[in-house]
Amino acid sequence: MFEQSTLAIIFAGLMAFSILVYAILDGYDLGVGMLLPLDNQKDSDSMIASIGPFWDANETWLVLAVGLLLIAFPSAHSAILKALYLPTVLMLIGLILRGVAFDFRAKASFSHKPTWDKAFKIGSFLAASTQGYMLGLYVMGFEKNVVSVCFALISALGVSAAYCFIGSAWLIMKTEGALQQRAIRYAKRTLVISFIGICLVSVTNLIIDSSIYQRWLSTSMSLLLLIPVFVFALYLVAWRSVKRLNSRKESEPKLNEALPFLACIAIFALSFLGLAISFYPYIVPNQITIWQSVSAAESLNFLLYGTIVVIPSIIGYTVFSYWVFWGKVEDLRYY
Amino acid sequence: MLDTELLSRIQFALNISFHILFPTITIAMCWFLVFFKVRFDLTGDAVWMRAYRFWVKIFALTFAIGVVSGITMSFQFGTNWPGFMEKVGNIAGPLLGYEVLTAFFLEATFLGVMLFGIKRVPAKIHTLATIMVAIGTSLSAFWILSLNSWMHTPTGFEMRDGVAFPVDWMAIIFNPSFPYRFTHVLMASALTASFLIAGVSAFRLLNGDDKRAPKLTLKVSLTAAMILAPIQIFVGDLHGLNTLEHQPAKIAAMEGIWHTEKGAPLLLFAVPNAETQQNDFAIAIPKLASLILTHQLDGEIKGLNDFDKIPPVKPIFFSFRIMVAMGFLMIIVAWLARYKLYRQERHQQVMPVWILKTLVLMSFSGWVATLAGWYVTEIGRQPYLVTGVLTVKEAVTDIDAANVGLSLLLYILVYSILLVAYLSTLRVMALRAVEIEEIQEQEHSSKTKTIKQELINARSNNTQEKAHV
Ligand code: HDD
Ligand code: HEM
Ligand code: HEM
Repeated sequence: MFEQSTLAIIFAGLMAFSILVYAILDGYDLGVGMLLPLDNQKDSDSMIASIGPFWDANETWLVLAVGLLLIAFPSAHSAILKALYLPTVLMLIGLILRGVAFDFRAKASFSHKPTWDKAFKIGSFLAASTQGYMLGLYVMGFEKNVVSVCFALISALGVSAAYCFIGSAWLIMKTEGALQQRAIRYAKRTLVISFIGICLVSVTNLIIDSSIYQRWLSTSMSLLLLIPVFVFALYLVAWRSVKRLNSRKESEPKLNEALPFLACIAIFALSFLGLAISFYPYIVPNQITIWQSVSAAESLNFLLYGTIVVIPSIIGYTVFSYWVFWGKVEDLRYY
Repeated sequence: MLDTELLSRIQFALNISFHILFPTITIAMCWFLVFFKVRFDLTGDAVWMRAYRFWVKIFALTFAIGVVSGITMSFQFGTNWPGFMEKVGNIAGPLLGYEVLTAFFLEATFLGVMLFGIKRVPAKIHTLATIMVAIGTSLSAFWILSLNSWMHTPTGFEMRDGVAFPVDWMAIIFNPSFPYRFTHVLMASALTASFLIAGVSAFRLLNGDDKRAPKLTLKVSLTAAMILAPIQIFVGDLHGLNTLEHQPAKIAAMEGIWHTEKGAPLLLFAVPNAETQQNDFAIAIPKLASLILTHQLDGEIKGLNDFDKIPPVKPIFFSFRIMVAMGFLMIIVAWLARYKLYRQERHQQVMPVWILKTLVLMSFSGWVATLAGWYVTEIGRQPYLVTGVLTVKEAVTDIDAANVGLSLLLYILVYSILLVAYLSTLRVMALRAVEIEEIQEQEHSSKTKTIKQELINARSNNTQEKAHV
């Protein structure tokens, strides 16, 4: 049995973990959705085939993250979702569109396929950009003024670009030929935009909140500065490996096509860690801490027993499913 | 004017009503798929695979809509009913948490292998993946219904400073109405899936599909419906007796009993009138309600006048009759159609076209009964959200009504499009299936062969290689 204050930290950690996993996993499939070409049936088929077996499970991490917020920090959950009511609804509509378009496109009459492709692309974009918008508002402490809305819009762009970046890195890994070449081009562009986005969010964070500024730039915490340094280094690694893939000749030895994707995962993880460090222990910036909003110890302990058993098995069968679909995509056929 | 509370209620009712249409199909349909797949693994008869392949596509589509509308649901508690989590979150939270952890991940992950992995994993693993998805959907129903039943018949908790704290988790999970509700809802799902499968199979037959698969699925689904429909009525009766014990006001509304009486009649039809506290146009069978509910002709049933908080009577009264009527209709149709099918097989009598047409009409009868049933249950709990603990009013959000109105409008728009698209796609898929040729055994690809086939193939491969040399 844990104390309530310990449980607050454990569940905040679990929640952070699932948000991060969500951003990485659904990030790549929303990214693939946004990159979908509307004029090339064959390529869209392969792109969608590459995420077909995974999108549902990826999205479940969002359900878990929101669920943990609801279960462990109910008052924060309602404060956040009240402040973000309309963007949340738009995000849900986006997720609905892309989730069903994916299935309808394969089954509706052929004449409707392009329409569902459009719905897929728009839905992915709506979901990604509203997530970025919400992140922006969160960073600005949900203030309702022109500056924070502008910032949120920039953040929407940044997050969409980051998702496109990880999406194209995924495609580089999972596809070949002309489609892979195209993914490489996308990766180069979105890499730059997402880098600028991350810089902007970080700097704004430091400017608007003096306590965050002190936390990051005080001498006793100088180790923290390794995080931005690493992120920068990882961007360089990703850039170089994408460049080399781009100019590769037939005769050259096989390059590591998974490298950009791996770098991307690490970038996501470090950026997220940076955000978490900035806001801890607040769950609603400058208003509610995790200890102020945590639920009863009886409830969280009861849930924790299960979690300890279940999370490893979830990770286990997730790995299994990635192993089953390892390698380059093939035709996606329903059986 | 429409206020936030009313709009939130309409929005919640719309969202959950839309959501349940899809789980109620997928929960049981997945077990049908397990059945088809296991039969194929055992017999190697291609017709089972054919049935599997057709229905798994419909399953995937239904599942996808269930998933996305469910994700919307999980946001609703926080956005529209913040008071719900503040007051009973200590109990609702872990139940919802266990649903995500034990059910959602299981079904979502194995779904990928089930839908797309048949060529990539051994046959046994693929069958196992199908079973995992089926277990996942049923587990999901287990947890969410446990929570829902707790909201109807709360036990195992104590109130401290106006907030509910758990005392006994077993009493919370297995609260008094849960066993009945869980059984009744799983059977409702099985009936919904059976009639959908029967209806679509009949539709294919009517359109001239003379392959074996639709005949086979018709037979399987009618057999299931024939067995399940009577049991469902029996379970429903037990469920009602349980409700009489724990939520007597709901029963009074279902039966239209305004004043406590002995030897209450069973109303076949009536229009309850809240103003005069009477029923207009009543057609009744004397004493039958008392007999059913108390097993005595003169048993006393409490009327609505005996309770200080009562739910709206009309919607409950009518929904209940719609559900029960559907239940009896299902028995009649299932037995008749199954009998005719038997005559066709045994005595080469032709299956009458009107039977097939009736089955097509009944394709979505499960939806009607399920929705009607949920309306009885949920409206019957009003004005409470958690019986005796929390009213709906106390739980509602303070978001601007305009925002809720806007979101409601968006949901109505998207959901109407989806419903039309779903139904028309089902039609397209059924018609397309009519045209496909009967497939050959070999088409089921390398990894799904039965052991016998594998041996045969290995031998023929060997001979081919020799021929090349
Ligand atoms: C009796 C069954 C039942 C009921 C009453 C509900 N659900 Fe449901 N739900 C399921 C049965 C189900 C399911 C069978 O597990 C689903 C349906 C679609 C699917 O195929 O999985 C599902 C999917 C589903 C998902 C997506 C899961 C995923 O990512 O795979 C969420 C988040 C919810 N539901 C949430 C809810 C909430 C918050 C409900 C109540 C207010 C609710 N459901 C009522
Ligand atoms: C799946 C089938 C279900 C259907 C069709 C359904 C239907 C409804 C309807 C029609 C209402 C509105 C009643 C009214 O306002 O008069 C309602 C209310 C509600 N139900 Fe359900 N329900 C279902 C399952 C559930 C489950 C599983 C839960 C919770 C675990 C739940 C929780 C609620 C809540 C929180 C309300 C809000 C209060 C309200 O609007 O009155 N319901 N439901
Ligand atoms: C004719 C026989 C039937 C009887 C006597 C019956 C009885 C009942 C009763 C008493 C309730 C309300 C329980 C409560 O709220 O406490 C209920 C709810 C419900 N019924 Fe039925 N029912 C019958 C047939 C059906 C059929 C055929 C279906 C669907 C195919 C169905 C689906 C449902 C559902 C989904 C609910 C709501 C969930 C629940 O509370 O269990 N019922 N039924």
